[in-house]
Amino acid sequence: MKYSIPQKELMNPGHLACQGCGGALSLRLVLKTLGENTILTFPACCWSVIDGPFPYSSVKVPLFHTAFETAAITAAGIKAGAKKVEKEYVNAVAWAGDGGTYDIGIQALSGAAERNDDIFYFVYDNEAYMNTGVQRSSATPKGAWTTTTPTTFPKAEFKKDLDAIVAAHYVPYQATASPSYPEDLTKKLEKAVKIRGFKFFHILAPCPPGWKTNPEDTIKLGKLAVESGIFPLYEIENGEKYTINMPSPKKDLKPVNEYLTKQGRFRHLKEDDVKTIQEYVNKRWEKLKRLAGV
Amino acid sequence: MSEQKVIMGNHALSYGAVTSRVQVIAAYPITPQTQVVELLSEMCADGTLDAEFIKVESEHSAMAASIGASAAGARAFTATSAQGLALMHEMLHWAVGARLPIVMGNINRSMAPPWTIWSEQTDSLSQRDTGWLQIYASSNQEVYDSVLIAYKVAENEKVSLPVMIILDAFFLSHTSENVTLIDQKDADRYLKPYNPKYRLDIKDPHTFGGLTGPDWYMELRYKIQKAMEDSIDVIKDAQKEFKEMFGREYGLVEPYRCEDADTILVTMATAASTSKQVIDELRDKGEKVGLLRIRFFRPFPYDEVRKYLKNSKKVIVLDRNLSPGAGGIVFQEVKSALYNEPVKPKIYGYIAGLGGRDITVNTIGKLFDDAKNSEPADIKWMEVKI
Repeated sequence: MKYSIPQKELMNPGHLACQGCGGALSLRLVLKTLGENTILTFPACCWSVIDGPFPYSSVKVPLFHTAFETAAITAAGIKAGAKKVEKEYVNAVAWAGDGGTYDIGIQALSGAAERNDDIFYFVYDNEAYMNTGVQRSSATPKGAWTTTTPTTFPKAEFKKDLDAIVAAHYVPYQATASPSYPEDLTKKLEKAVKIRGFKFFHILAPCPPGWKTNPEDTIKLGKLAVESGIFPLYEIENGEKYTINMPSPKKDLKPVNEYLTKQGRFRHLKEDDVKTIQEYVNKRWEKLKRLAGV
Repeated sequence: MSEQKVIMGNHALSYGAVTSRVQVIAAYPITPQTQVVELLSEMCADGTLDAEFIKVESEHSAMAASIGASAAGARAFTATSAQGLALMHEMLHWAVGARLPIVMGNINRSMAPPWTIWSEQTDSLSQRDTGWLQIYASSNQEVYDSVLIAYKVAENEKVSLPVMIILDAFFLSHTSENVTLIDQKDADRYLKPYNPKYRLDIKDPHTFGGLTGPDWYMELRYKIQKAMEDSIDVIKDAQKEFKEMFGREYGLVEPYRCEDADTILVTMATAASTSKQVIDELRDKGEKVGLLRIRFFRPFPYDEVRKYLKNSKKVIVLDRNLSPGAGGIVFQEVKSALYNEPVKPKIYGYIAGLGGRDITVNTIGKLFDDAKNSEPADIKWMEVKI
């Protein structure tokens, strides 16, 4: 797939992200397409720090830092205010981590989705509370080490299926995306900016310090997550119309093994654990294909 | 043309919001506040009020939405009560730190458990350290007028802080009184459109609330305290202009027959209106008694409190609230305000009317009797059945 990515940069260099941060790259790509008529709000998340300390900022659009559980509703409030104040159309954007979305922020997220507030909601999902030092969230995958799920008792539960929860709100548009596939992300954003109502993006954001991976492997890990079906790229329109973008539903998935062994957080897993994960991924993939009618 | 209407306190808040031309409302239902937002949603639906109404899923979100809207540069309004206010607590601090001139109505209701919906001031007084200006109203006219005054003060560049307008559950919220509504043209001359110096502006992008270390945080807190101090004059000016335009006079406090009083009762909200009758009766009997109603609890009106109380012999503070382990909250503040005076009155702290129990003329009469014949104490309970 060839698709041109806007040259425009609305993110400055010099931000405070760790090397190989999937979350930093993701926002850079998202801002390129959303453009200047965008107002951001961040709840507590890695980006509360990445943006830089007062008086510095790494983004060239207005940004309002807000409380942990309020990303969706703060964006909705900004949208309502901007509608009264700004002459031009404004993209009000909530940009939150998985903790602020799957856990503490899910009430406000559900409220905004149900009301179909005209906002963008992005979760850059690095699968744990990375900013506070890698504690498990309900987005942490089964078997993963975190500082609250030690290798002697790794995360016992599967990751919460947030995309299905959002789909149950029948929002106009939602998609999964990855900084490893900028063209796919850009194409989805270009589609979403034309839609009035609630737009939800779930971005898997590899995190070298939290996943115990090499910074140079971030893009590769993003690709492996997609190719192995752990994080397939797809869209849902109005909660019902599923479209799988990647990997191809006609081909076999890559085994999960390569994705897992590249990450220190899974190093303790035994063969049986990997088998359980593989079976779960296969089952979910079949379900997604059924939903997409392929 | 101004218009007379017989309305409940809750609707006085709604009409105040309409007259103030609020642009964004975000609210969640809670008894006994619900009618405030019911009327506003009707008015938004029928076009009487040109505002965005976000029907949020919690009070925490009501305040977060108001914060977002205000940061975007719109005039934001919400209302709540008791548990709802407690749920907002985190965001009350946020509104202050972000210096956003939101106005909120709070219907004073006791905190659960046990479940209760009746009047008490502990809900709002628990929020006194968040940095919101607090107005305690004693009539529906005052509720209505205070909304306009609140926006005028809050949006003043020297202040840039949110304001809470507080009214007693049922005693005001559900009690109908005659209220004069201000003609919209006159209101527009009094309260200009909100035009903040800083907002989330796509043509002039800035970041708000970014990580701030020990090198600057303290200065920001200093500026909030300074804004509170400066708000005293801003309030005086706003209320003076209000009087000139609409004829009704408000102060930071309301003194009643204090001139030569040797015993002065200090209280807030509707208990003060009841007290006036007792004061009159005692005055008729030749007793030198007076009343000082505190209207603005934040900023605390130190100068006025000292001015009216320092020459009295006894001060009686009636609190419809309780800080367990300490006592009445207004009592503590009044006592501390007088501490550095060279000659101090004796101060009596009374707790009455918790959980919405009536504070009657009889209650207040007993309290004067008690203070006349006893030594002062930090906490004295009125009419407790234990």
